[in-house]
Amino acid sequence: MSGASEDMSAATYKIHDESHTIGNALRWMIMKNPKVEFCGYSVPHPSENFIHVRIQMYDHLSSLTALLTALDDLDALCSTIDTAYRSSLQNDIYERWEEKS
Amino acid sequence: MSQPEFDARQLVGVKAERVTNISSTDYPGHYPNEDHAWSLSKFTTNLKVQVKRLSNRSIDFDIVGVDASIANAFRRIMIAEVPTVAIEHVYIFNNTSIIQDEVLAHRLGLVPLNVDPAPIEPRLSAGDATDRNTIVFKVNIKCERKADAPKDATEPEDLYINHEFLSRHLIWEPAGEQGLMFADNPPAPTNLNIVLAKLRPGQEIEMDLHAVKGVGKDHAKFSPVATASYRILPHIKILKSIPPQLAEKFQRCFAPGVIRVNPVSKEVSVDPVGVRNDTVSREVLRHPEFEGYVELSRVRNWFLFNVESEGPYVPERILPEAIMVMKSKIAQIRAGVEALISGPGDGDVVMKNI
Repeated sequence: MSGASEDMSAATYKIHDESHTIGNALRWMIMKNPKVEFCGYSVPHPSENFIHVRIQMYDHLSSLTALLTALDDLDALCSTIDTAYRSSLQNDIYERWEEKS
Repeated sequence: MSQPEFDARQLVGVKAERVTNISSTDYPGHYPNEDHAWSLSKFTTNLKVQVKRLSNRSIDFDIVGVDASIANAFRRIMIAEVPTVAIEHVYIFNNTSIIQDEVLAHRLGLVPLNVDPAPIEPRLSAGDATDRNTIVFKVNIKCERKADAPKDATEPEDLYINHEFLSRHLIWEPAGEQGLMFADNPPAPTNLNIVLAKLRPGQEIEMDLHAVKGVGKDHAKFSPVATASYRILPHIKILKSIPPQLAEKFQRCFAPGVIRVNPVSKEVSVDPVGVRNDTVSREVLRHPEFEGYVELSRVRNWFLFNVESEGPYVPERILPEAIMVMKSKIAQIRAGVEALISGPGDGDVVMKNI
C-alpha cells in the first residue's frame, strides 16, 4: 500500500478475506522477531473484509522477509500444537463421560 | 500437592475494582538483556496440551504456554471457519401448515446434519448444483385423521397420522456418486426428533432441500460448535495464614472445592485441582477482615478450553480441523507474499481460489 518506504523496510500490507483471527496472531509472531521495530494490525472497517498490517524494520531490513518468516513460524507453531494435542488425546488419561443430547 | 508457583509476569492481577498487568510483555526489546525472540524449540518445551474431559458431545482441554492471540485465533476459527454442511436452498411446492414458508425455510437451515464436509466442494452460486457440492433432501408429509381412533381420544398422536413434521422426515435423495460416497453414513439430521412444524388433518408440506458446504462467518447455521470458549486459569495466593475462626467464611467466599480447610487444625489451603473451577467472583475482596490475606489473579498463558460439538464432527476432531484451517490460511497468505516478492512490483497481487 502507499506509505511504504523505498527499500520496503517499512510497509503496510492489505490482506483480503482475513480478520482479527489472523491479524492478531500474525502481529504477535512478527513482534517476536527482534529485527522488527514495530508491528500493528487493524481492521479499518467492520463491514469491509480485509485487514491492514504495518511492519517497520530496524537497519533497513526487508519487511517482506519478516512477514515470510513469521508465517513460517506460525505454521510450525500450529503443527506443534496439533502434535501435542493428538499425543495427549492418545496417551493421556482423562475422564470419559456420556452426555445426553 | 500445592499450587504451582508462577512468575509475576505470568499473572494478570484481579483486584477489587480493576484488573492489572493485562498485556503480555514477552517481546524482544521489552526487557533489557532478555531474549524473547521466537524459538520453536523453546516453545515446544514449554507447550503443554492436555485433554481433561471428553464426552460424545463435548471436550475440555488445556493449552498452556501460548499467547492469547494464538488461543483466540483457534477459538475464532472453531466457531466461524471450520466448514460444515447445512440446508441452504429450500424449494417449497406446497405448504399448507401454519408455519410461513420463509420461517420454515429458516428453521430447516438450522438443523444440524451429520454430513462429513471433507469430500463436499463449496457451491459457488445457486445454479450449478452437482453431486459433489449439493445434498438433496425431500419432504413429503401430510397429516390425516386416524380412521381407527378411539371415540374418547383427545391427544393428537391418538387422533392423527403425522401430526408433527420432525427432522426425521427429511429423506435423503442420493444423486450421482453420492450413494457410494455416503454408503456407510447416509446423510441425515444428527437429531431426528426436532419438531419443525405441527400439522392438523388436511395440512401438508412438500419440498426439496439443498444442503451445501459453508462456514460459520457466513451464517451461524454452518458453525460446527454449540460453544467454543476458553477461560484463563485462576490463581489464588494466600499471603498469610487465615485465622482459624474465619476459615469457613474464607472457604465460602470461593466456588465449592476451591479452598480446603483442615477439619482439625482449621488450616486453609488452595486445592490445586479445584482452583480451576473458581469463578474469580472477588467475593473475598469485599470482606475487610481478609484484607492483605489473599491475592487473586489469573495465569496469562494457561487456557482452559471447552468445546461443545453440534454437527458432523466428534468433539475431539474440532481443534485439529481448526488447526488445518489456520494452516491453509497461512499457506494462502504465504503464496501471496511470495508472489509479491517475485512479482512485477506494483505492490498488488491477486490470488486465485480464494
